[in-house]
Amino acid sequence: MNEWIAFLAGKFNYWGFIVLMMIGIYAIIAKKNLIKKIIGMNIFQTAIILFYVSTAAKRDAGIPIITHGHGMSGHSARAVDYINPLPHVLMLTAIVVSVATLGVALTLAVKVYRQYGSLEEDEIADSIRARAGGDQ
Amino acid sequence: MKIVALASVLLCGGILIFGTAGFPDFGDPLSPPASHVSPHYIEEAVAETSVPNIVTAVLADYRGFDTLFETAVVFSAAMACFFLLRVFREDERSPSEKLYRHLPTGIILRIDPGGKAPQSNEFEPIDPTWVPHDMIVKTTTRLIIPFIQLFGLYVIAHGHHSPGGGFQGGVILGSSLILYALSQNLRMAIGRMGETVSAVFCAAGVFIYAGAGALCLLMGANFLDYAALSPLFGVDAIQARSLGILVVEIGVGLAVMSAMVWIYYNLASVGRHQEGL
Amino acid sequence: MSWPMDMLILVFVIISGIGAITVRDLLGAAILFGAYSFLMCILWAIMGAVDVAFTEASVGAGVSTVLFVAAVFRTTRRTRD
Repeated sequence: MNEWIAFLAGKFNYWGFIVLMMIGIYAIIAKKNLIKKIIGMNIFQTAIILFYVSTAAKRDAGIPIITHGHGMSGHSARAVDYINPLPHVLMLTAIVVSVATLGVALTLAVKVYRQYGSLEEDEIADSIRARAGGDQ
Repeated sequence: MKIVALASVLLCGGILIFGTAGFPDFGDPLSPPASHVSPHYIEEAVAETSVPNIVTAVLADYRGFDTLFETAVVFSAAMACFFLLRVFREDERSPSEKLYRHLPTGIILRIDPGGKAPQSNEFEPIDPTWVPHDMIVKTTTRLIIPFIQLFGLYVIAHGHHSPGGGFQGGVILGSSLILYALSQNLRMAIGRMGETVSAVFCAAGVFIYAGAGALCLLMGANFLDYAALSPLFGVDAIQARSLGILVVEIGVGLAVMSAMVWIYYNLASVGRHQEGL
Repeated sequence: MSWPMDMLILVFVIISGIGAITVRDLLGAAILFGAYSFLMCILWAIMGAVDVAFTEASVGAGVSTVLFVAAVFRTTRRTRD
């Protein structure tokens, strides 16, 4: 029983990130609405970020800000006392870039709506086909 | 389609969950990601840069190239929104009839195409989607916005010692302007911070970052090696790295703030810049 | 970092993620996505990633929700799935 709890505690965060990633990729594949697809893309991104942050966690460690950092000169910090800061750095910039790309994605969706009057993928395809048929 | 998608997603998820058996345990202090580069950052960051917040030190100093190009990505995303949506032609921008509201009485005038617009200051141009604004929301946000902006500046300036930095502070500053646009209207927000100003600020932020790097080149060191700036700041090399991080964070904050505001202006008004959310 | 708390928030995150992609109203989806971002931010704060949580709170829950609402306002709330 105890091994099971230890196994669960060791791995559940990875399972959570996989479930979120699959929710995101299902929305991208199966949903026909463009905004829903964009939400799925964002859920996928946050799932990847959750994975990176999970790899950074350390048991019994503090947040990556050195305590008493102002006048500290003598003793140096020990790596086991602080959470790994490197994945945090990479993901911090990724979040800001994700909102910028979200802006571009929504811009394209608005543009498509103004062109075809719909956000549904199949209706857009129908109206493209109708326009192509009208030209001939 | 849905069944195929569900089946492939479940298969893919099953394979990935099977793969987690080889991962290190959650919270393992000896896992591979925690045992190669990061111990150096944790142990030496304060001694080398005098910045207690290791995330800020790694973000702006050790991995400055990464952040520089992420800022450039934010800048180019804002440019992409501008070029995709902005409408410049007058006939597409404004509807055929113009609406003016008389401020003291609230009477709305409709001017047909070709009609003469009222010249008095008592009339303000409004949009077909105009709704009366809520006095409570307007007053409350007007009171709270200066504090939000002050907090944004604090987050940028205090990023060395507490969570925060250029990205977060820039987004907070930008969202204070977005809040202003939401609570009043888009035209007033554009009156406060226009499109040209946000474009110039956005470019200036990236320029400050790249310029700090280029200045290090001129001083005879590597790109973004702030220790070379110590003669300019008049401090020793370690303090110069800390100040260099501050300069870079200011550039990032400027770029991110105006990029957020610029994207919002274009998206909320579909490039017309007069009627908004 | 306490893992039962972590697990509880993770379940909430997954529920709101499923809600955001299944609800049949785009404005509701945008708001649920904002809730998803906030819960994710709490999760990261529990895991000790304070800078990432701060960024997510200001970016994911603040600006991106506003961008979604703006886009829905400029297009339509209607969705068929």
